[in-house]
Amino acid sequence: LSRGQAIQRAREAFGSGRTRPLEFRLQQLQALQKMMSEREVEIITALKQDINRSQYDTSLLELIGINNEINLALGKLREWAAPRLVEKNLLTMSDEAYIQPEPLGVVLIIGAWNYPWAVTLVPLVGAIAAGNGAVVKPSEISGYSSLLLATLLPLYLDKDLYPVVTGGVTETQELLKQRFDHIFYTGSSAVGKLVMEAAARHITPVTLELGGKSPCYIDKNCDIRVACRRITWGKFVNCGQTCIAPDYILCEPCVQGHVVECIRQTLLEFYGPDPKSSPDYGRIINQTHFNRVVGLMEGYAPVLGGQCDASQRYIAPTILKDVPPHSKLMQEEIFGPLLPIVTVSGLDEAISFINERDKPLALYIFSSDKQVRKLGEAYYNSGIAVHNCFLHHSILCVRLLLLDFVGQSGMGFYHGKHTFDRLSHQRACLLRSLGMESINLARYPPQDRQRASRARLALMSPLIDLSKKTYIWAISMTVIAIGLLITLLFNTVACVALSPEPNGVN
Amino acid sequence: MSNPPSPSPANWFKSLRRTRLGEPCLKTYPLQYEEQLKRARVSFQARRSIKENFRLAQLEAVLRMLEEHECDFVDALGRDLHKPRFETVVSELIPVKNEALHAISNLKKWMQPQQVERNLSTTLDECLVVNEPLGVVFIMGTWCSPVQMCLVPLVGAIAAGNCAIISPSVCTAHTAALLQRLIPSYLDNECFHVILAGTNDLADIVELKFDHVFFSGTREEGSRIAQAAAQCLTPITLVLGGKNPCYVDQHCDITITAQRIAWARFHNSGQSLVAPDYILCHSDVKTRLVQALKCCLMRFYGSDPRESSSFCRMVNLDIFNRTKDLLWRSGKVVLGGQVTEAEKYIAPTILTEVDESDPIMQQDLFGPVLPVLSVNNVDETIAFINKQEKPLCVYVYSNNSKVISRVMSETSSGSFCSNDSTLQSLIVTLPFGGVGASGIGAYHGRYSFDTFSHRKSCLLRSTHLECVTSLRYPPYDDRNLSLITWGSSLSWKSQGWCHIL
Repeated sequence: LSRGQAIQRAREAFGSGRTRPLEFRLQQLQALQKMMSEREVEIITALKQDINRSQYDTSLLELIGINNEINLALGKLREWAAPRLVEKNLLTMSDEAYIQPEPLGVVLIIGAWNYPWAVTLVPLVGAIAAGNGAVVKPSEISGYSSLLLATLLPLYLDKDLYPVVTGGVTETQELLKQRFDHIFYTGSSAVGKLVMEAAARHITPVTLELGGKSPCYIDKNCDIRVACRRITWGKFVNCGQTCIAPDYILCEPCVQGHVVECIRQTLLEFYGPDPKSSPDYGRIINQTHFNRVVGLMEGYAPVLGGQCDASQRYIAPTILKDVPPHSKLMQEEIFGPLLPIVTVSGLDEAISFINERDKPLALYIFSSDKQVRKLGEAYYNSGIAVHNCFLHHSILCVRLLLLDFVGQSGMGFYHGKHTFDRLSHQRACLLRSLGMESINLARYPPQDRQRASRARLALMSPLIDLSKKTYIWAISMTVIAIGLLITLLFNTVACVALSPEPNGVN
Repeated sequence: MSNPPSPSPANWFKSLRRTRLGEPCLKTYPLQYEEQLKRARVSFQARRSIKENFRLAQLEAVLRMLEEHECDFVDALGRDLHKPRFETVVSELIPVKNEALHAISNLKKWMQPQQVERNLSTTLDECLVVNEPLGVVFIMGTWCSPVQMCLVPLVGAIAAGNCAIISPSVCTAHTAALLQRLIPSYLDNECFHVILAGTNDLADIVELKFDHVFFSGTREEGSRIAQAAAQCLTPITLVLGGKNPCYVDQHCDITITAQRIAWARFHNSGQSLVAPDYILCHSDVKTRLVQALKCCLMRFYGSDPRESSSFCRMVNLDIFNRTKDLLWRSGKVVLGGQVTEAEKYIAPTILTEVDESDPIMQQDLFGPVLPVLSVNNVDETIAFINKQEKPLCVYVYSNNSKVISRVMSETSSGSFCSNDSTLQSLIVTLPFGGVGASGIGAYHGRYSFDTFSHRKSCLLRSTHLECVTSLRYPPYDDRNLSLITWGSSLSWKSQGWCHIL
């Protein structure tokens, strides 16, 4: 089936209205969940072949996360898809005003190779929940996963609505010439620009998750041992190939040595003295990226690690000290197991260092000083500010937090309910009646001062919230007030009735 | 809060020289745009526009500007569009005031970080979503509603804490000049700038790199702006014109329907993004509807609308000629049709016997012309609407709620209104925006604030409970994995309770 035909079929299937009933969407989500649990072993094997990720990592980082997203969607879909009432004013008092989420149509999801399943399926969950059709294009670089997805998805989900299109750069370019109702892209900025430009021709909205250099600031007053352990995990899991991995460390010179030592100890704990033989340590995805990452190290003597083996695409966990800010290592996103440490004289210098550069996807701050944390919240303009590593892509709790992208790190946001909102159209609906025309007369020409002031009054009247909460509050207050009134009256009457006779009786 | 600093003498002199009312304004040179952008960036980086007090002061200044210079706005729009005072106040000034008042009273609430649901592993932590300003935004207005389309997004941008560069449309020259004269006297001069740029230059300016771009206009222009924005990965909000269909059912009050449609269509002489573009009328009531429309128009504008002080003119000769052309090449004129080139006047016109392939149905219409097409039932209507591009609005007039909900659920549009027109765009709590070919994004009220903000997720953890966190570290083993999987499969109402990381 050619690409064009697949897209056409998806459009027709969407046009038939199949995806509108919530039952259909719930059923598709359940089928997806079944696929993830029944085929877990195959998925883990494919990932092992692609990127040498251990079975535990896969489960931890991708599968549980996808499962949670599906569970959330299953549980909350009715609530998400329901119309949301808005506040009304005097003019619209007797009308119904609400926002109705509607599906957009057929969306295009372009996946990435570092977390091939999570990055492709989490937006797909949102697309299905919102009632769209979706064309899924997994990354060809993670070849085994891509082929497996192309085989599995049609077996579990509706074949027409969710076609999988495989292929490389040329095929993607052809795909982008077609018109979609939303494009969801994860990858590099260079390609992100091309995707957005292609979308602009058809006035298609986009969500781009691009990545960038996520800085990690370690304050001198914090538990460096724990901080380093968390950073190490965040950095070296998936062999550094994570968009939100801490890219480089900023710290003061006095703690640099301690940081290196703690990371060394943690690496020993995690991967043993020889990470190459540890089953938990990953590899670089392909030769091109391997060469790129090795090239970044050129000219710098690492203080730890640095060994590489081209035949296995293995690069040892590597730390580089005192990296100058203008080096090649600090110009592009590393996306590999190299961790440069740049020294700064304090929080202020760190802030200006970060602000000078492009807005990153994530920002990490390790400090026990509340002041520093508050500043961190206020100053930096990036996707996430955390005191720990790795909130989003993994199953770390916060699926309700958005993964938001700004500036060079992308645009739009998703996860949980926000994917649903992003892939829906929030349509404003106002249902008026043809009655009460006398109020409307004020707005028609020919005009005079009196009509004008009446129209002004109607349009500028304050907003009143007529949601359930207000009704309940109003009714319960009224009931309580009446109750109090009755009690008061009763008391007064009782007092009067029981009061002694004016002429005292014996 | 102190008054904004007065403009620099050079700028003041230039704006005085340029904007005496009655004179067309000259365009600023391209180099100046970069300088203004730089100044706005510097003041944003100095965090000037971020404090709540500053934002409130600026919003109040906008209100003051509209109140103190109401006459000037009425005058400028009168010269540009021959707009009557009533229309200026009701459809241009009041919406902006409503937005500003709404923003002022809700700003504190909007600026609060939102707490999000936590789970077992983050009970001791703070999970927040913080609203941050984006930076410097670029707002391009359109000539249909020159004041509203510039100032309503500006209110949103100010509320969100951004700096802004505004470019009112040069087609409405007097209004643009007025804004350029007034804004520096009321708003902060470093944070907010007004430039006058021709439509062809806008795409080049967008490439100077802003943090958000807001554009309203036609589809072709929108696409060009979007492509320019893609070069620098700038997010955009587009509100684009289209053809808004309006279905009139056989069961409805024809007189009132005609009144509401006529008001919406011929308001501002049909130059509006939200007016119903064409009517799909049930064949049973078509004659009555046309008759009712005629009576309405007689009541509104008298027998000679040219003499009426309530009727506007076309904004310029381009639009005049285009509309005249469409009018004469399509259907049959049953009312109106007179044009006067010297005044750029086109009479309120109703066309019948219009075919789907006629030029007037193929292009966007900005003028007081109302084509009335005939349909036999609701199915035909829905099929017709779905064949076209998704419009900005869909309107339905009917007493039958089933018909209304059918049309609403089986068509897609930016917004929907039954038994009235254009009113949904005046309500500050409803989002206003397009979908598909009619645009990207939405604004008005809280939605403006969200459009011009960046929502940053924050997770503030502590170093306690490291024993729990350590379950996720290598070396991995089955025991840890099964604990974690078991934890996340614990469900209460299908939500995993335990995410042990």
